Amino acid sequence: MTDDRRSPGNGTTQPAASANGEFPLPRPGDPPITPELVAEHGLSPGEYDRILRIMGREPTFTELGVFSAMWSEHCGYKNSKRLLRLLPTQAPWVIQGPGENAGVIDVGGGWALAFKIESHNHPSAVEPYQGAATGIGGILRDVFTMGARPVATLNSLHFGDLDRPRVRYLFSGVVKGIGDYGNCVGIPSTGGEVYFDKGYEDNPIVNAMCLGLMRREELIRGTAEGVGNTLMAVGARTGRDGIHGATFASEELSEGDDEASRPQVQVGDPFTEKLLLEASLELIASGHIVGIQDMGAAGLTSSGAEMAGRSGTGVVMDVARVPVREQGMTPYEILLSESQERMLVVAEAGREDAVREILEKWELEAETIGQVTATGTFRVLEDGVAVADIPALPLTRGCPTYERPGEESPEIRELRRTDISPHVRPPNGLESAFLAVVGSPNVASKQWVYEQYDTTVRANSIERPGGDAGVFRVPGTNRGVAATTDCNGRHTYLNPRQGAMGAVAEAARNVACTGAVPMAVTNCLNFGSPLKPHIRHQFREAVLGMRDACAYLETPVTGGNVSFYNETDGQAVYPTPVIGMVGVIDDVGAVVRHSFRDEGDAIFLLGTNRGELGGSEYLYAVHGIVAGEPPEVSLPAERSLQRCLLALAGLRLLGSAHDVASGGLAATLVESCLGRPRTGRAVGASVRLEDDLPDTALLFGEDHGRVVVSCGPEEEKRVCRIASQYGVPCARIGTVTNGESPLEIETRSSALRLDLDVLRDRYFGTISGIMSEAG
Amino acid sequence: MKVAVITFPGSNCDQDCHRSVELAGGSPRFVWHRERSLGDAEAVIVPGGFAHGDYLRPGAIARFSPIMDAVIGFAREGGLVAGICNGFQVLCEAGLLPGALLRNRSLRFQSHDCRLRVERADTPYTRRYGEGQVIRMPLSHADGNYYADSATLAELEAAGRVVFRYCDPLGDVTREANPNGSLNHIAGIVNARGNVLGMMPHPDRAIEEVLGSVDGLALFESLVGTAVAATATARSEVA
Repeated sequence: MTDDRRSPGNGTTQPAASANGEFPLPRPGDPPITPELVAEHGLSPGEYDRILRIMGREPTFTELGVFSAMWSEHCGYKNSKRLLRLLPTQAPWVIQGPGENAGVIDVGGGWALAFKIESHNHPSAVEPYQGAATGIGGILRDVFTMGARPVATLNSLHFGDLDRPRVRYLFSGVVKGIGDYGNCVGIPSTGGEVYFDKGYEDNPIVNAMCLGLMRREELIRGTAEGVGNTLMAVGARTGRDGIHGATFASEELSEGDDEASRPQVQVGDPFTEKLLLEASLELIASGHIVGIQDMGAAGLTSSGAEMAGRSGTGVVMDVARVPVREQGMTPYEILLSESQERMLVVAEAGREDAVREILEKWELEAETIGQVTATGTFRVLEDGVAVADIPALPLTRGCPTYERPGEESPEIRELRRTDISPHVRPPNGLESAFLAVVGSPNVASKQWVYEQYDTTVRANSIERPGGDAGVFRVPGTNRGVAATTDCNGRHTYLNPRQGAMGAVAEAARNVACTGAVPMAVTNCLNFGSPLKPHIRHQFREAVLGMRDACAYLETPVTGGNVSFYNETDGQAVYPTPVIGMVGVIDDVGAVVRHSFRDEGDAIFLLGTNRGELGGSEYLYAVHGIVAGEPPEVSLPAERSLQRCLLALAGLRLLGSAHDVASGGLAATLVESCLGRPRTGRAVGASVRLEDDLPDTALLFGEDHGRVVVSCGPEEEKRVCRIASQYGVPCARIGTVTNGESPLEIETRSSALRLDLDVLRDRYFGTISGIMSEAG
Repeated sequence: MKVAVITFPGSNCDQDCHRSVELAGGSPRFVWHRERSLGDAEAVIVPGGFAHGDYLRPGAIARFSPIMDAVIGFAREGGLVAGICNGFQVLCEAGLLPGALLRNRSLRFQSHDCRLRVERADTPYTRRYGEGQVIRMPLSHADGNYYADSATLAELEAAGRVVFRYCDPLGDVTREANPNGSLNHIAGIVNARGNVLGMMPHPDRAIEEVLGSVDGLALFESLVGTAVAATATARSEVA
């Protein structure tokens, strides 16, 4: 999200004459600037008027391209910025909030954690393998350009139903793209989520999150400080790929776009990324540079303009000096190319050779392309001839912002108000419903996915994917960082405010289950077109829900990304505000796992069963409907629960802790029994639930604020006492049995006896079964 | 013992191997792939990763890195050289070990724990294991499917050069326990002289209880060859 503290005055009219007075002239072959050309660049007539006022003249074709990219939704946040200002961003531990390449928090012991999440939905819908791969590449660069070494990645993936061949193609391509890229660079994947629902049929959501560590003093920012310092293009050469990717990401897809849009999708080269990573960290440590930024969305344009904008300086660069992959590229193309694995570096004047030497060691190029100036303009030359000259601040901060009123879609309101009581009775009995929920792809193990990601490289992975949150160790210490991504799109669809609050609450709860203190949030807001009132309603409600939950749980938002226009042929995705939550634990030896440990351990439920079935996996998997009021979040109850968990974990009283979410208590109990695939040891459990609720509501309700914990029999009384001190309802619901025993669940009206082998097949076998049989 | 850890530009387990040697009481040192000498190293580890991106074939380009002449010369003189994961692939490409690592049977990258049966406890790399011992460690590769022609395979078996085989928790070698389809369930082998080891799983990721297993540490302790007591002292110092 863009820092907005330095908004330009309205109606800026200063002429854009550069220091030496030359205005750029149209290049031979430039098309004339017509209203049609302006519209093709995604700019409204009003926005173009503002450009005219800023420039004091008609822009050249090159300048129009630059504005188009910088004022695209992707770079300019024009439909989201005003609402995003409502999010809490401050806390004593926040070192860097929104507006930089990544947020940074203090994690103690002199260490700082840089982290961010970003979307690559549109490219992945068109070319899943490269789309997802380059998404990982971009988010890694956002983190290591802060001076932090990437140490973990997570992702949040949402797809349509797996029975569709196209969905399986997208799913397998995205997973392979993420794996091949991250594995090669050598960053462990420590978790994330994968979600399937027909609401994502043609528009997959592919969000990648990266976390990096640095010593506090190693932090560097993306600024172009120091007039006379040297701009250098570093890394891969610039080609014609991905031109106008940022503008592409700001439009809806339509039938037939796959082929036509391919040139806007970039191709990743993870080996070059690995070299760039090592070279960048070495450069930052060397002190030869003052600023560094990824040439990501809108490439050289955004990196150059943003670095100048942040430091209040100007830049001048000559595109003829930029190393290119192909001949005959125009300034327009060079400025807007989104070729991957490139960096813009600001070197201390006179240290260019030292910079080049470091790059050479890593077999990379570094070319001087320009200078930091005091003019306040983003000035571009081609072989010494001016082709663009734009005031940097209005370019980076002057994008018009909109907050048009929204209105809820009557259809969705109807769905929410649907009476779901007729569906409370399972059509084929309770056991069949139980197995359907446990075997639904949303609940079933994502082993097929995360085993394609290197999860253990760098030998610091404490809790690998498959638990509540991934935990990795800060190298050379006992300190740990926990991270997770969460968003139940179905809940957000039915009630965006409760859904978004729920996403924050669940993410924090997941982190707290491991024993780590939830600290901060990065978010990725995936929505349909903001030109539609009901999408604006969803966005606004989701931001408000997020605001309330982040403020109450003291987990400020340090940055993230907005992705609008996730629509195909007018059909929008579920509103999907993905929460990436990070937390800190002082001693990784105290990390609590999600699976039951020892025979005879007591099982407790912390929190209250309310039996909320609206928007549940049960309704979707068993009845095929998305309806009802999704579970309501009680922030005070959530906070007490999490504090209680942290107290219990800190005293090392717990054998396990696992939150209740999608699939309800049924899913939680099965996961706690089965543990991990391959090397895990499954155990049975004997559980009795006394609540006066219908069986399905009790077993499959997705009410927030609940965690199933276990402890040794000798700790039972202490666990209960501590729970009551925190005001958290604590019910002894059962006992852990051994690996030969089943999972037995007794309610007031039914008794289930579920063989572990049957559960194992359902839970671990569903997704791999679908993917290997259907192909 | 001084151990050289070779670093190619795309190595990503070099630090893990460095740390493993340190924990085992040895003195590791990174050697950049463009160097031509191993200096005073008494053993060499070729770590995992994607040496030069491996877009062609894993290890195919690494074989031509300047340092490899020194590694090959060192091995031919009987020096200890261990290749782990990508390092195994590099040693096969360099002709120090027979056979090749093909794409996994699943055609996918695979990253998960596996169990290995120690077939030989009398190599410089395994003397701190017991023969037949079942150990657990992560694996993480797309090309770990060991292949050699039948004559080579027969020779490997006859000479007892298979050091590790994939197995189930009970030590039984089964198809289900073999993650990648490798012939004879091979996870690691040595050369004829016994001084060069190649293995696909990662002992360097199983060196601490908190990571889920310490079964890999004995391999580095064997390599470093220090007495048990001395190692214990060194470990407490590192910790």
